[in-house]
Amino acid sequence: MALIDLTLHEAAALLRQGQLSSVELTEACLGQIAACDGDLHAYLTLTPELARAAARAADERLAAWRREPAARESLPLLTGLPLAVKDVLCLKGVRATSGSRILNNFIAPYTATALQRLLDQGVVVLGKTNCDEFAMGSSTENSGYGVTRNPWDLARVPGGSSGGSAVAVAARLALAALGTDTGGSIRQPASFCGIAGLKVSYGRVSRYGLIAFGSSLDTVGPLARTVADAALLFSAIAGPDPLDATTMPVALPDLSQLEAGPGERPLRVGVPREYFVAGIQPEVEKAVREAIGVLASLGAEIVELSLPHTEYALPVYYLIAPAEASANLARFDGVRYGSRVAQDNLWDQYEATRAAGFGPEVKRRIMLGTYALSAGYYDAYYGQAQKVRTLIKRDFDEAFKRVDVLACPVAPTTAFKIGEKTDDPLAMYLEDVFTLPSSLAGICGLSTPCGFDQHGLPIGLQLLGPAFGEDRVLRAGYAYEQATSWHKQAPPRREPAGKPGAG
Amino acid sequence: MPLTQEEVEHIASLARLRLTEEEKARYGEQLSAILDYMAKLKELDTAHIEPTATVLPLRTVLRPDTVRPSLLPDEWLANAPEAEGQMFRVPPVLGVGP
Repeated sequence: MALIDLTLHEAAALLRQGQLSSVELTEACLGQIAACDGDLHAYLTLTPELARAAARAADERLAAWRREPAARESLPLLTGLPLAVKDVLCLKGVRATSGSRILNNFIAPYTATALQRLLDQGVVVLGKTNCDEFAMGSSTENSGYGVTRNPWDLARVPGGSSGGSAVAVAARLALAALGTDTGGSIRQPASFCGIAGLKVSYGRVSRYGLIAFGSSLDTVGPLARTVADAALLFSAIAGPDPLDATTMPVALPDLSQLEAGPGERPLRVGVPREYFVAGIQPEVEKAVREAIGVLASLGAEIVELSLPHTEYALPVYYLIAPAEASANLARFDGVRYGSRVAQDNLWDQYEATRAAGFGPEVKRRIMLGTYALSAGYYDAYYGQAQKVRTLIKRDFDEAFKRVDVLACPVAPTTAFKIGEKTDDPLAMYLEDVFTLPSSLAGICGLSTPCGFDQHGLPIGLQLLGPAFGEDRVLRAGYAYEQATSWHKQAPPRREPAGKPGAG
Repeated sequence: MPLTQEEVEHIASLARLRLTEEEKARYGEQLSAILDYMAKLKELDTAHIEPTATVLPLRTVLRPDTVRPSLLPDEWLANAPEAEGQMFRVPPVLGVGP
């Protein structure tokens, strides 16, 4: 097995045993990036000097740890492991674009808490990954810096908005990555790329240093090749942060062992009938139903139930998220940071700067959000959306009185073709129909591979858990992963351009 | 109900976005289709439902009122398109706008 195929847990074990160095592992990832990222375009900014320095420092700590038995246990498992970071999270001294041209020259003055916690554990950051502009999109086609391609089929999208992070992990350009999920932006690209992605509960992981999109919805979470790796990253980034007042003082579960203990009562798995409706790709439904069968064969009790307000989640989300975005993006005015189109008065400068700096989808959502919040329409649109959000949240509250987790598809289809949905915003929004309700409710969800369609494209199983119930979805996902081998499949290996593959 | 050209221009002005004629036509059409879809929410009677602005319980988060290190003015100004001394520099503000 090649170094780049290692999971975080496998690589950590080899680093500790001294059979592998962080420098070797980091160079292997940088080599794969050099070979493949011209085609895939997962990264927007590479940080090889920082990565090599961090790898050398990690190797010194690992060597000291091996020499000094008394210091053992104190070395974090993530020491020396190379990761990718979505370009919406700030890393001090490194460009942060959020996929937008308006931040083309923005150098982050501080580091996001979630990323800082990983750096404190000794991770190696390889670079910043591509995404839909300000995380608004489901395909990464809305990036101001070009599309990222799906490693399973270069003619298809990787999903979005964390498409670059998902591709980096799937195509072995990093061992794992950080992404963000506002309405499905970790889970859907994880599904499209055949990897694991965890959308954390709102309030679980600090948003400090995240370039804001929808402030009542934004979450930061991991993408990885196994559920156990996602759990490892989650444990490192979660927990209260004085710099984000929405982080909640809720105890973190111990996720170092994900196996079910002896004598544990059977898992109750709810299957919401509204997630198996007309319009879903038949192969997706079949694979997800088979995955639910696997959970049943492992002893889970399957409970069919209803989340009656599911169909309203899409209109609710596409009012609330753009409304919040229109307010958040007011800060991009060409005064304090970002690009500026100079004009001879401030009003013209605002309008010209924003017209040139934002792409079409961002403008569309700013317009939609501004309309929903404007005088005369506020109650009918934004106010009504907030009330229906309450009904959607109650659906989940009721469901989790009866079951431990919910099982359903991540998205109605597998990866679609580049350009297929760019002219029809509503068709693109429908991609998020199975991830939006849980985002509005602020609960957690895991995407994990559960099969392939006739074109060999990955299908994802979504496991939803209650707020601060990440341990439930991670344990259920781990049990499923142990019983199946979908997660072990890798996309076709790409060779450097102009250099024929060695076979 | 389709948005009028005046409504599109009003929203763009509120959002400080300068749109081309082509963008006004396209966004007008697309936003009208999206808003038609949103009308689905009117099916529900929400007269007695409280709105959800945040899923978290409301609470006050306090910290000790002590001096802590923060970024220096030059660090905040480092990304400014134009700065003068310790200030962001902008063109005339007064007497402009619609």
